[in-house]
Amino acid sequence: MNIPGGESWPRLAGLNSNYIAKQLHDFKAGDRQNATMVTFANMLDDQQIADVAAYYSQLPATPGQGGDNADEALLARGQQLAERGDWNAYIVSCQSCHGPGGQGVGETFPGIAGQHAGYISAQLNAWKSDTRSNDPQNLMGAIAKRMSEEDIQAVSAWYATQPAAEGEATQ
Amino acid sequence: MSNYHRYIVIALSSSALAVGTGLSLYAANAFAQQEERADAALNQLVHEPPTMEDLEDSDLHPELKKVIRYGYDLFTNTQQLRGEYVFNDMNCSSCHLGEGRVPFSAPVWPAAITLPDFRGKNQHVNNLEERIAGCFAYSMNGTPPEYGSDEMLALSAYHQWLATGAPMYPDKPIYGRGFPAPEQPETPSYARGEAAYQENCAICHQEDGSGHYENGEYVFPAPWGDGSNNWGAGIARVETMAGFIYQNMPLGQPRSLTGQQAWDIAYYINSQERPQDPRYTGDVAETAERFGPTFHNRSLYGQTREHDGHVLGDHANFGEKGDIQPWNVGMPRFENLSEE
Ligand code: HEC
Ligand code: HEC
Ligand code: HEC
Repeated sequence: MNIPGGESWPRLAGLNSNYIAKQLHDFKAGDRQNATMVTFANMLDDQQIADVAAYYSQLPATPGQGGDNADEALLARGQQLAERGDWNAYIVSCQSCHGPGGQGVGETFPGIAGQHAGYISAQLNAWKSDTRSNDPQNLMGAIAKRMSEEDIQAVSAWYATQPAAEGEATQ
Repeated sequence: MSNYHRYIVIALSSSALAVGTGLSLYAANAFAQQEERADAALNQLVHEPPTMEDLEDSDLHPELKKVIRYGYDLFTNTQQLRGEYVFNDMNCSSCHLGEGRVPFSAPVWPAAITLPDFRGKNQHVNNLEERIAGCFAYSMNGTPPEYGSDEMLALSAYHQWLATGAPMYPDKPIYGRGFPAPEQPETPSYARGEAAYQENCAICHQEDGSGHYENGEYVFPAPWGDGSNNWGAGIARVETMAGFIYQNMPLGQPRSLTGQQAWDIAYYINSQERPQDPRYTGDVAETAERFGPTFHNRSLYGQTREHDGHVLGDHANFGEKGDIQPWNVGMPRFENLSEE
């Protein structure tokens, strides 16, 4: 899949290792669907999952792709959703779960700053259309379902332009 | 909260059910849609406060805009006053969700159009500043900025601006005011509450209720313990806590719990320790009795916890504020006015 203006696969470098491992287990168990990823995850045993996750978590994060061409108004909307939300539509700000700057909180709430725009929007759309539902307590699904297509574009572009958290190696 | 409020909540949730998707409906309808707006029929004051974007677009004086922006900033990042006026881990918006604008999350603008008025909690007439000061002394476990100070003026300007266009001293009940509690089918249970808390809330607020700071920055506030509000805060009343939870938690999923779950969890949370009530006389039983009729009859303060015999509030731990006494607590008013 190739979405113009952004990769639709994730940047894994620097993500929390337990979060990566959870995703690989979810693919294996069928709780998260993606043909390519299922094939890959199925080849890994628990130890290999832990090793792969640890490996990626320690790589230095690379910049997010896909936000550079967004216009100012779109980025402003994206920043608003990220930092303050839009309570008229009951969209809670992303940072109230993903932490200040979208840098992630513990192993449950992954860092999303510096992620590729195409990947962020693909995931939000997946939650919106119920094709991804492996989040604990429907925390992410409840938010994504309230977002318009434009909201999704805006917040994806915004986070793609933001610096990612440092990898675990530097902590 | 009055029965009137309860009635509305029930009316609202059943109309949402009728359409099938209560949650997403609420989402889209927190402010404007008809389906959840039984209020028109019920003759309530519905007010949609302006947003910060509206502020920028308005032709208010630029100096006033600056002050309202500062008030907004203090409201949503009250931690900037940590150690001076705030001594716990909260912002005003930790309880007044969505910048103090959201219905059923105790939106703050009603105070600006209903005060000055008599307040049962401190038994005299309060204005907006004194109401805000109350949340500093109890909910923020702090001590308020002086009346008329830059901080106080900016906060009250923000509250009053949110009320833009709403009538002063309205003659109808206000839609979405406070934290209206759901029906309580059975007496709340500590054990059920603990289980439901661990299942639905601990992922953010932690198993021990201590909340979570990430790299020293606020993320999830503490529902109990030293980083939380003190025993004198409105949310220490079980009914208010049940209303808060039902209407607002888990974050992003209002009214997804049953009324019973909300009451059970509220009972569990409010059976944990928190900083001492600043009105403490030195004796928990005496304090509970003195402020029983106006407050503590609805909290668990001074009661013995069944499973371990612990007497709630029986300690002199005031949290991080130590022996600082909030100057507004117990301050008398109008004592020399005659009855007529
Ligand atoms: C109520 C909490 C909450 C809020 C608010 C929230 N998220 Fe999430 N989000 C989560 C959780 C939990 C996960 C992890 C899901 C999992 O474990 O599979 C997640 C995962 C994601 C992912 C997938 C990341 C990855 O690498 O797989 C993206 C993208 C994302 N969120 C974007 C957003 C954006 C954008 C917003 C704001 C519009 C937002 N989230 C608001 C809880 C939240
Ligand atoms: C720990 C939770 C909590 C925090 C933090 C908090 N409040 Fe409150 N606040 C409440 C509760 C509970 C009420 C009473 C709601 C009701 O009427 O049942 C309330 C009521 C109010 C009201 C009156 C609303 C009305 O309908 O008249 C104002 C104004 C207010 N708070 C301002 C503030 C300000 C300003 C701050 C920060 C300095 C703050 N609050 C922090 C819990 C909190
Ligand atoms: C996805 C994370 C998340 C979950 C799950 C969650 N909360 Fe919260 N909660 C928050 C955040 C964030 C705030 C503060 C809102 C803000 O700052 O915007 C909050 C505020 C509160 C408050 C008021 C402030 C305080 O700490 O006393 C209480 C009480 C509370 N939550 C109780 C609960 C209960 C009970 C549950 C489970 C039914 C729950 N929460 C589930 C994130 C969460």
